[in-house]
Amino acid sequence: MLHFSNFKITGIVLLLLLGLLFALPNFMREETRLSLPGIFPSGTLNLGLDLQGGSHLLLSVDTDAVQRERLEDLTSDIRLALRGERIGYSGLSRVAGGVSVTVRDSEDMEKAASVLQGLAQPVTSSVLTSFEQRADLSIENTEGQTFVLLVTEDAIAARNTRTVQQSIEIIRRRVDELGTTEPTIQRQGEKRILVQVPGLDDPERLKALLGQTAKMNFHLVDQTVSGYDVVNGKRPPAGSRLVYTDTEPQVPYVIRRRAMVSGERLVDASVGFDPQTNAPEVNFRFDALGGRKFGEVTQANVGRPFAIVLDEKIISAPIIQTAILGGSGRITGNFSVEEANDLAILLRAGALPAPMSILEERTVGPGLGADSVAAGRIALIIGFVAVIGFMIVSYSLFGLFANVALIANLVLIMAVLSGLQATLTLPGIAGIVLTVGMAVDANVLIFERVREELASGKNPIIAIDMGYSRALGTILDANVTTLLAAIILFQLGSGPIRGFAITLAIGIVTSVFTAFVLTRLLVSLWLRRQGKPEALPI
Amino acid sequence: MKTLKIVPVNTSIGFIRHRTVAMALSALLVVGSIVAFLANGLNFGIDFRGGTLIEASSESAVDLAELRDRLGALDLGEVQIQEFGKETDVLIRIAEKEGATDASNNLSAVERVRAELSSDFDVRRVEIVGPQVSAELIQTGVMAVLAAIASMLIYIWFRFEWQFSVGAVLALVHDVALTIGLFALLQLDFNLSILAAILTIVGYSMNDTVVVYDRVRENLRKYKKMDLAELLNIAINETLSRTVMTSVTTMLALLALYVLGGEVIRGFTFAMIWGVIVGTYSSIFIASPLLMMLGVKRDWSGTQVD
Repeated sequence: MLHFSNFKITGIVLLLLLGLLFALPNFMREETRLSLPGIFPSGTLNLGLDLQGGSHLLLSVDTDAVQRERLEDLTSDIRLALRGERIGYSGLSRVAGGVSVTVRDSEDMEKAASVLQGLAQPVTSSVLTSFEQRADLSIENTEGQTFVLLVTEDAIAARNTRTVQQSIEIIRRRVDELGTTEPTIQRQGEKRILVQVPGLDDPERLKALLGQTAKMNFHLVDQTVSGYDVVNGKRPPAGSRLVYTDTEPQVPYVIRRRAMVSGERLVDASVGFDPQTNAPEVNFRFDALGGRKFGEVTQANVGRPFAIVLDEKIISAPIIQTAILGGSGRITGNFSVEEANDLAILLRAGALPAPMSILEERTVGPGLGADSVAAGRIALIIGFVAVIGFMIVSYSLFGLFANVALIANLVLIMAVLSGLQATLTLPGIAGIVLTVGMAVDANVLIFERVREELASGKNPIIAIDMGYSRALGTILDANVTTLLAAIILFQLGSGPIRGFAITLAIGIVTSVFTAFVLTRLLVSLWLRRQGKPEALPI
Repeated sequence: MKTLKIVPVNTSIGFIRHRTVAMALSALLVVGSIVAFLANGLNFGIDFRGGTLIEASSESAVDLAELRDRLGALDLGEVQIQEFGKETDVLIRIAEKEGATDASNNLSAVERVRAELSSDFDVRRVEIVGPQVSAELIQTGVMAVLAAIASMLIYIWFRFEWQFSVGAVLALVHDVALTIGLFALLQLDFNLSILAAILTIVGYSMNDTVVVYDRVRENLRKYKKMDLAELLNIAINETLSRTVMTSVTTMLALLALYVLGGEVIRGFTFAMIWGVIVGTYSSIFIASPLLMMLGVKRDWSGTQVD
């Protein structure tokens, strides 16, 4: 146990040097670190949101809304398709997960079946391979002349995936507009999105930006009926509907259902100021097609009002003064500069494909984060000094060996964390402090065993040898149990708790190396110089 | 150099002899914990109950009654305010509104509290957990503790014999029960980090128990004819010094964290300190005596001695 070949010694030393190399950037100044030549590792510990301040938001995408929309589209597709082929039908209605329709004339059954079959499209999904193309609709002639068209599971899954991916893309664009560094946006589970934005001053603004679908459309106002009449029970004309303004008090308007131009045609939006009143406004620009459409409609409707509808609320309903031909326009409303700015951001980033709700928020201010770092550092230093002192008092020279191992262990933990670019959280610091306390356990086990062997009259070198070899099994068993707990913690945990599990797990692995291998090397080197000691300083 | 020995060399304390006392005491504590849990329940934090938590700090000492009035005027439903570590810091908890499905109610509550506090407070931390997430956290939490205990059960079974595995897990359940009992009794905030502490205690306590069991197994091979009670007692005494040493170093680190680590992780550290005490106690007084009661296999001739 005590013999180390030069090859082995070199390996151990190299490993420690490598650890030092990876840990070192954490102690450098920013400029020095960034000017390191490329072959040197320059990564540092990532501080978690709880240490550097920031917001963690868990969002849920309302995929049901997208599926509802899909069924609505399907209903109108069926209507158009059957009408196009002059097939009489009745009872076109939604059923759970699909649409049902009854063909009037039994002679049309065959034709209807093929028309309806024509509505099915192959599912495009990254999960399915091209060999197993599946249809997005299952069409069944359930009874008599009734067909039921169900959206298939594959189609639902593919659409949900697409919706969540699009949402992530839109969220990324919106968050990027806030100009924060390194936001993390990732899918979690089937329909959730985790957004982590470090170092944010105003989390409320982030939430306001993420909480809106930002679907904007331009509709003509239906002037055949007043909005107040509809509120009082009059039916709006076919093809029109009631919408309120976002002002206080709300003003009802009746607008045409069909949008004159869809917000999807917007290509740019920015904040501007009204030359006369100097009030903030939002300038926007359409793409070529949208601009042409906007020009045509405004030309035909000069003198009439139109409504700019954002998420089912009218934000402005101006009168068309002249035809707007250039493809650009402006929205004036009662905006503050920040509101105008946020609206411009939302329009630039585009609308979310589905509404989102916030399930969880955790925000830590930068002040608290800095306090936590300071407190964690002090606790680590004091805990470390206490343990080191105690080990020396208890095991004298051997205690010193254990302490060298402890320091090496800290360096290695830091190196692994930096190398993996893992995130250090406050519980993570607690994990390191705890590791300091527990890492010496392996050495305690060994040293106690050596003492026992000495007490039973063995000669020092044999006692040391047996101490190490007999303690090994115990050390492994004891550490595997803690490692198991750490792995389960990692599985369970979110953010900070995971940080704890990671440092604990890394600490366990590195401590076995430093406590078992490194101290043994130190003891063996010491023995070489001592020759054959009569008694051990333990 | 003279070294400090907290535990003298060659102790022969009759741990096994007094096992009925220890068992009775533990049984009493476990029953007490269950009673405290059933009577008081746990004071679940927002992680498990849903709701909002706001930590705010002021320049001067906070008048809690006045702050309570100010926030009461906002009509937020059930609001709890308490001092947090210092008299300038407060922790505000707003309960989940009945029938909420996402965090939107809480979001607007936070906005109103922020506005109300903006003149004289610095909002340092906001945590909002919606009902869906809190329900999942409870579920994963319970699953994690059970999975941890089950994996220990299997590992020890694999490495030792079933009696060891059952004994170790009973000791583990004892530690977890006592920790939950203490939190129920004192009505301390029970949140995710306490759950993390419990899982760490599971690991630590197991670690302690395994060391004693390892020695028991070794002695079973060494002293084939020795009375089991005496054999167990020797194993406990032989490992006593190590058990105590490791508890002391861990405790030193934990005390540093408890005193200096800041208010945010104090609950976690408190749970850990208690867990180390209980875990050390149980591996000495519960885990090995349980082997006595379960009756271990004495014939280890087939297995190799290492």
